[in-house]
Amino acid sequence: MISQADLGWQSLSPDTATLVQLFGEAGIVVREEFTGESAIAGAVHLIDIENGDWGRAAEVAAAKRVRWSAVWGEHVPPRIDVFALLACRNGHLLLRTHLRETGGSLPSQTPFYPGADRPERTVADMLGVVFTGHPDGRRWLRHQAWTENQFPLRKEFPLAGTPTPATPPDCLYPFREVSGDGVYEIPVGPVHAGIIEPGHFRFQAMGEDILSLEEHLGYVHKGIEKVAEGRDVWGLARLAGRVSGDSTVTHCWAACQASEAALGVGVPKRAAFIRAILAERERIANHLGDIGACCNDVGFAFAHAQCARLRELWQRDNRLLFGHRLLMDVVIPGGVRRDLDRAGIDLLREANTRLSAEVGEILPLLYEYPSLQDRLRTTGELTPKQARALGALGYVARASGECWDLRRDAPYAPYDGMVVTVPHCLEGDASGRVRVRGDEILVSLDLLEELLNKLPPGEIAATLPTTHAECRGIGLVEGWRGETVAYVHLDGAGRVARYFPRDPSWLNWPTLEAMIHGVIVPDFPLCNKSVNGSYSGHDL
Amino acid sequence: MFSVLEKLFRTGCLTEDLPPAGEESAELTAACRQEITRVFGRSMAIRMVDAGSCNGCELEMHALNNCFNDIERFGLHFVASPRHADLLLVTGPVSRHMQDALKRTYDATPDPKLVIAMGDCAADGGEFGVSYASVGAVSNVIPVDLVIPGCPPTPVRLLQAITTLLGRCPQAGKTNEAR
Ligand code: SF4
Repeated sequence: MISQADLGWQSLSPDTATLVQLFGEAGIVVREEFTGESAIAGAVHLIDIENGDWGRAAEVAAAKRVRWSAVWGEHVPPRIDVFALLACRNGHLLLRTHLRETGGSLPSQTPFYPGADRPERTVADMLGVVFTGHPDGRRWLRHQAWTENQFPLRKEFPLAGTPTPATPPDCLYPFREVSGDGVYEIPVGPVHAGIIEPGHFRFQAMGEDILSLEEHLGYVHKGIEKVAEGRDVWGLARLAGRVSGDSTVTHCWAACQASEAALGVGVPKRAAFIRAILAERERIANHLGDIGACCNDVGFAFAHAQCARLRELWQRDNRLLFGHRLLMDVVIPGGVRRDLDRAGIDLLREANTRLSAEVGEILPLLYEYPSLQDRLRTTGELTPKQARALGALGYVARASGECWDLRRDAPYAPYDGMVVTVPHCLEGDASGRVRVRGDEILVSLDLLEELLNKLPPGEIAATLPTTHAECRGIGLVEGWRGETVAYVHLDGAGRVARYFPRDPSWLNWPTLEAMIHGVIVPDFPLCNKSVNGSYSGHDL
Repeated sequence: MFSVLEKLFRTGCLTEDLPPAGEESAELTAACRQEITRVFGRSMAIRMVDAGSCNGCELEMHALNNCFNDIERFGLHFVASPRHADLLLVTGPVSRHMQDALKRTYDATPDPKLVIAMGDCAADGGEFGVSYASVGAVSNVIPVDLVIPGCPPTPVRLLQAITTLLGRCPQAGKTNEAR
């Protein structure tokens, strides 16, 4: 049963200042106040703590229902900086600690935050940081393209690496096994049956029922973080726009927001509005496509055909007004590349009106269609407790009562001047996720209307400084999948020293494993689609 | 039920003519084109392989199935296994972690194993290039018959290229008699 205490928990979590105070009371030595090179610009409250307190800090935060968001590291010879991002009631607290580059270790945060499991293993794979007390010693992103003793994100590791001409497949990854009479294993992937990204799923099943699922990802790891090093902010924006093609606006905006914060550049108001228009259009396009695809996975082709039609029309308007069907490369450092004239605004308004009428007709039909809902309801249930424990994000969290949305809870321009309604429900099943996404389309249409009506006059891009000191910044954007993070460190020559993008999929992939117990094998595609994690955004 | 039928009726048929392809959309030897027409007759099965893409190319591949593009009218359809495929449509720079899977998929495809490299990444590594994690172009791993540039290529461009590869680029207006 869902109790009231399970809900609205973010309002129960402390604010960042209180959490810092709680750290102090727990005997954790906290350093605040940073200047120059050691400061990090952006909407985060930065603190430094000692290596030994890393796990303890997580324990204190978890006990107060603070949400865990991300962990990443950076090699700054002769040390390695490790960061952990926590979401409090009023915004984000960024923990940092400095490690020796060799033999450094940190107490794991995973015992207190299960969502930290794979992210920490990735920091270990990429930088060689050892997390003591981590419950799972296996590698995560590393397959066979580099060895156990090589760490691609160390500065001495060359971009080209030392690969063999043919990288062997990762056949020996030690999956967890389930044994017993009648239990059998189904390996799926990396090449799947549909038009979909590659990954491996290992099912343990008994008859039709799935006992457990284990994901093995990392197949599309293409070295994005390493490739980013040495680029200028323009090149970084292009790359960020390709972290996950379906979230090109989101990642590009987050990376630009981080760079702009680092450089101390203010984005013109008009540019911020256009960015939000792009982001809401991206949200609607993806929600439309995925709602159709979820219905298609249970054989309801009508919804698929209708949603694909609406998505195509939407994308054509993107091309017409912004020059790209997926809106790639429209967000640039300092602002946006394309302005909207009167005719463009009118066209977007008409598109809104048309889509409102269409979804106003189609969504109620889907929400109530008996043979469709019969398949969606109670399929792939994620309880609020599970969602909270794993730190789920976006519609996956919101369909399980975890109602976070940066546009409302930690707003950035232009959302700081707007009221953002956040649809949510408690069911936590595929039906709930489809419904939340449908309702989000309606909210986005309203936001688009407001953005178009209030679009301020002025410039669409700020000029970036040609010379500057070494600087660091954080970007936080609510993409259609959920909270998206970017960390950018620029050297004094304006080149990227470190870029870390955290796609929401990192937190949502584990929810799929949690919701799949007892689901029948043929419903897996539906569950997978209803979560729709990005493989590319996760594998980097 | 009734509302669905009513909506279908009002939506009608929206499939569009495919504009004739320009010169640049396909570079192909005459012999190869002849061979394809001879071998496949009127239908061809496509297996897609994402070898490391950002998923942008996949979104446009999905769009081939929507009512405007309706790829099936050309006898083209996506199949679930390389063993049923005549053609592999490969996206992304080939990540080293997918190198073997791509090779095996290619090996599992029956002759004549046509391969299209879709998108700038598949063409030459794109934004990601060659690195410790990426082998770059698809042609670095398996033989490629046709490269379709673009980031991502639009569905129309993709359709033009595939139909050109088949030597069956439709004349405008001839494909929609049913309309
Ligand atoms: S070509 Fe562009 S859209 Fe396609 S995979 Fe590469 S970056 Fe993504």
